[in-house]
Amino acid sequence: MEKFTRLTATACPINIANLNTDQILPARFLNLPRSAGLGKFLLQDLRFDAEGRERGDFPLNRPAWRAAEIIVGGRNFACGSSREAAVYALFDYPIRCVIAPSFADIFAGNAVRNGLLTATVSQDDATMLTATLEAMPILPVTVDLDQQTIGCGDRNFAFSIDPVRRTRLLNGWDDIALTESYRDRIAAFKTADRAKRPWAMPGGAG
Amino acid sequence: MDEALTLFDKLWAVHEIARRDDGETLLWVDRHYIHEGSFNAFSQLSARGARVAEPGLTFGVADHYVPTRGRGRALDNSNIARMVSTLSTNATASGISLFGLDDPRQGIVHVVGPEQGLTLPGLLVVCGDSHTSTHGALGAWAFGIGASEVAHVLMTQTLWQRKPSRMRITIDGHFAPGVAAKDMVLAIIAGIGADGATGHAIEFSGAAVRALSVEGRLTLCNMSIEAGARCGMVAPDDTTFDYLRGRPYAPQGAAFDRAVEEWSALTCDDGATFDKEISFDAAAIAPIVTWGTSPQDALPIDASVPDPAREPDAARAKYLRDALDYMAIKPGRRLADISIDRVFIGSCTNARIEDLRAAAAVLSGRVSKVPGLVSPGSSLVKRQAEEEGLDRVFRAAGLEWAESGCSMCVGINGDLVAPGERCASTTNRNFRGRQGPGARTHLMSPAMVAAAAVTGRLTDVRPLLAGRKI
Repeated sequence: MEKFTRLTATACPINIANLNTDQILPARFLNLPRSAGLGKFLLQDLRFDAEGRERGDFPLNRPAWRAAEIIVGGRNFACGSSREAAVYALFDYPIRCVIAPSFADIFAGNAVRNGLLTATVSQDDATMLTATLEAMPILPVTVDLDQQTIGCGDRNFAFSIDPVRRTRLLNGWDDIALTESYRDRIAAFKTADRAKRPWAMPGGAG
Repeated sequence: MDEALTLFDKLWAVHEIARRDDGETLLWVDRHYIHEGSFNAFSQLSARGARVAEPGLTFGVADHYVPTRGRGRALDNSNIARMVSTLSTNATASGISLFGLDDPRQGIVHVVGPEQGLTLPGLLVVCGDSHTSTHGALGAWAFGIGASEVAHVLMTQTLWQRKPSRMRITIDGHFAPGVAAKDMVLAIIAGIGADGATGHAIEFSGAAVRALSVEGRLTLCNMSIEAGARCGMVAPDDTTFDYLRGRPYAPQGAAFDRAVEEWSALTCDDGATFDKEISFDAAAIAPIVTWGTSPQDALPIDASVPDPAREPDAARAKYLRDALDYMAIKPGRRLADISIDRVFIGSCTNARIEDLRAAAAVLSGRVSKVPGLVSPGSSLVKRQAEEEGLDRVFRAAGLEWAESGCSMCVGINGDLVAPGERCASTTNRNFRGRQGPGARTHLMSPAMVAAAAVTGRLTDVRPLLAGRKI
């Protein structure tokens, strides 16, 4: 998994509360493998109309923000469906960080497993950052995961992230390798548990 | 004295394999359900040359992409055929039992799991689908996971988690006739918001929850995720045990009785504390419909949609305007004046036998003013409904009686609401384009969908139930 340490990039504000994963990647693209290039379908129905024409007023379509690598989102970002392909679409666009007042749980878990940083800020800081970017779209934003700070122009403020997720992103760790080191404990648990909870095995018809 | 524990605390403790100093805990997974969408996870396994650790605890169900018409014919859509056959290939290669397209037990995974007795009290249940929260209705700890976690469970039968906060939602009192579990959960989501339970495991309690059938509890827990909850659960009781007794994969005979003894301890201890407590009065809940593009945009049927011009908060006003624009509803319009183009009865939220009975009780002897589709929650539900004659009620009303699958809830099997059409739906998400690009969805209970079908507009079902057996 790709590490995340520090990023300075263009940031695009998408100030929509409860922007759900059905918007981030509509369900009709879920039959595609990641290798098909899901980034081009990111926010498809918000970026394009029914005839496939770009909606010029959508932030990510504005010239200054087309190449954004950071999104400044609204509250409860990426709620809804557990589709991890929503993270693939963001990451492959390529977005590397989403800054928002809050994130849906499943999405935040999916993001960290794919190297996408979810930086939680106060609603006031999100509003301020959005207003700053709308006034000066090309002002670069710097996200420093080690320091847990966001810098934009002369402003610098903190963001929060679960410390375990921070460590994983800083190191690019994935779960599987870690879990392998628990192999013996898993086996011991399984044996003890089967004796303790025999009813937990699928019974009857098989 | 031992510390008083919540139901969630007890389930957490039983599944804990190891806990690191930083709080990350490795948990044992009892049941893992997979569906067509699991192909991303199998790709991750292939890339690592890994195998499925516990195929006997893993069950596959074809639901998201399956056609609801013309079952038995060759699949004419190559994308859909590929999705269904990839699941079958992956399951077979790994020794995973599959309720596939042609299996009489096929259905929506969150209907099939409980129906088959695969989901049991006290189990940790996961699936790569956010509505896995449904299974909490049986006193299981059930939650949706992403593809990387699916791959992790396939490879190790474990998951790393941090303990969520605990929330209790108590619903006391009695429901009025015509008010269902769907109205209860929509009232909750409207009350606490689409992120009101983020980071929390919900335990539902109170007399009105206890009075619900397992099917009603499944509806309630199903939509926990729409309030952002990590999971939702109802402590098991006699209603639960009666539901499970004799189910194919549940323990049988004396083993079942022994299991019931252990399951009976799965309750919230007196004096256990929650991080958040919320209460509702069932008697105050009326039939509810959504008007906007999030399940939190829900109001009693006798209300009017909000008017952004009267909203003092600018951000909230913009939210309301955007939602009403998409839904093509004039600010302040009475909900009961909104006409609809079609109805859908189906999904993991509301397509079990009781849901179909509730809709049929309204539709019996009446005709739908709009076209509509009824897709039972499972093939077994379909068969039972046909034995009860419910299919004839739906057909006589002019609705289409179809096979089981996720169908028009997610719109990836070809069952779509056309652009600009307005659908009264028993599903769980009224997101923009959820039922198809440009589709407009109003969520409500099965009885309320039936009422909307009869009048062609959003309608209070209660007067239509007068003199009927419900």
